[in-house]
Amino acid sequence: MNKILILLFLIATSRLCVAQDLDLLDEPEVKTTDYTTATFKTNRVVNGHSIETVAKNEFDFKISHRFGFLSGGPYDMFGLDQATMRIGGDYGITDNLNVGLGRSTVDKTYDGFVKYKFLKQSTGVTNMPVTATWISHMGITTLKWPQPDRKNYFSSRLHYTHQLLIARKITEGLSIQLSPTVVHKNIVDSTKFKNDIFSLGLGVRQKLTTRTTLNLEYYYVLPNQLEADKTNVLSVGFDIETGGHVFQLFFTNSSGPFEKAFITDTKAKWLDGNIRFGFNIARVFNF
Amino acid sequence: MNKIIILFAAIVTLGFMAFTNHSGGVYKTNTGNINFFSHTAVEDIAADNHKVKTAFDAKTGKLQFSVLIKDFEFPKALMQEHFNENYMESTTYPKSTFTGTIDKMSAVNLAKDGTYKSTISGKLTMKDVTKDVSTIATFVVKGGVVNAKASFTINPTDYHIAIPKTVAPKISNEIKISVDADYTHDTK
Repeated sequence: MNKILILLFLIATSRLCVAQDLDLLDEPEVKTTDYTTATFKTNRVVNGHSIETVAKNEFDFKISHRFGFLSGGPYDMFGLDQATMRIGGDYGITDNLNVGLGRSTVDKTYDGFVKYKFLKQSTGVTNMPVTATWISHMGITTLKWPQPDRKNYFSSRLHYTHQLLIARKITEGLSIQLSPTVVHKNIVDSTKFKNDIFSLGLGVRQKLTTRTTLNLEYYYVLPNQLEADKTNVLSVGFDIETGGHVFQLFFTNSSGPFEKAFITDTKAKWLDGNIRFGFNIARVFNF
Repeated sequence: MNKIIILFAAIVTLGFMAFTNHSGGVYKTNTGNINFFSHTAVEDIAADNHKVKTAFDAKTGKLQFSVLIKDFEFPKALMQEHFNENYMESTTYPKSTFTGTIDKMSAVNLAKDGTYKSTISGKLTMKDVTKDVSTIATFVVKGGVVNAKASFTINPTDYHIAIPKTVAPKISNEIKISVDADYTHDTK
């Protein structure tokens, strides 16, 4: 009997306790899926693509420069006397599907790509540890044929790059991306060299402030695929975001502003001081 | 004797339960709207949040809002990203809240269709900064639904929202916050 009494009083008082701590919005939070955004400031880490895509109906206009070697010294104004450049842009067909076009001075190359973000990092109802994006590039070099007298095929001008970009925003400041990549060249200088070149890219970005980040990018080309004088591309850059623009200032040992060039054609070595200053300017327009 | 005690206890218990059961007086919604608008000569910026949780107690006039910052929707995706990343830092400060009172609750007759006005005063918390806010709200009671509208202005710097010099001409230091919510009687 006493137990019942105690129980009743307990119920009564417990209700009182709730009442005293009056919170009108005391319902449990409705569980939703919280998608991670802004893993990178823009859709390039340094040279290579990041998992980011531009939003639907947005056009991201990009101008990229890579100057000459810092080791050129004051005579070459530390490389500023020479430059390679790419002008191009990324367009959002949907928030996840992008297409892009560009023209580079390197080998007078036109490039185009299709990029699709098929996984989004999220927490909540749907837990997804990473964001993943697929990108397929095609490049057309339009240099005059080095041997115009022989039979030349248009297909020899083509090269392709396919990449699986997998990134995780580990903390608010730190994001890491892995980029398994295959570059296919329709023509190579000798049968000793491979047409398909496999590599693995690593991208790291660390926020310094809300609007600036430090980026590191390295592509490791698996051994015995390229000419002996080729080397891996390493780049260190800063992103500065100012609202509509993202400025990416960086140092790299590649002059190539597209994948086939910087992954498979890089010869300059950091240890020789053959480092280039470069920048990408991205400006987003809305339609 | 024991029966009397049980009876008494039961009455007390039920009494407490009735007294502490607020369902009689709480009006709420999970789909309130908050709009903010920043006007400058260079650019107008506006965003809407349609998932605002808010409730008031018709007896005491106590009023509460809870807003998830990331639920603000902008016409431009990049603006939304910058709002969350740079200005509101919504991963660190996911929520903004308001706790206050409808000062003239007794003047708002929820049983009778009509339009009523009352001052609202309370504390607005954003980015861990709490400031006093007061404004006049209009209540329109119609068929048991209470529509409340109010607006007030805030200065972003009051809430430690840093605006770099380069974009300062685009962001007003008087941002208009407009609230519009349809409350219904919480029968739970």
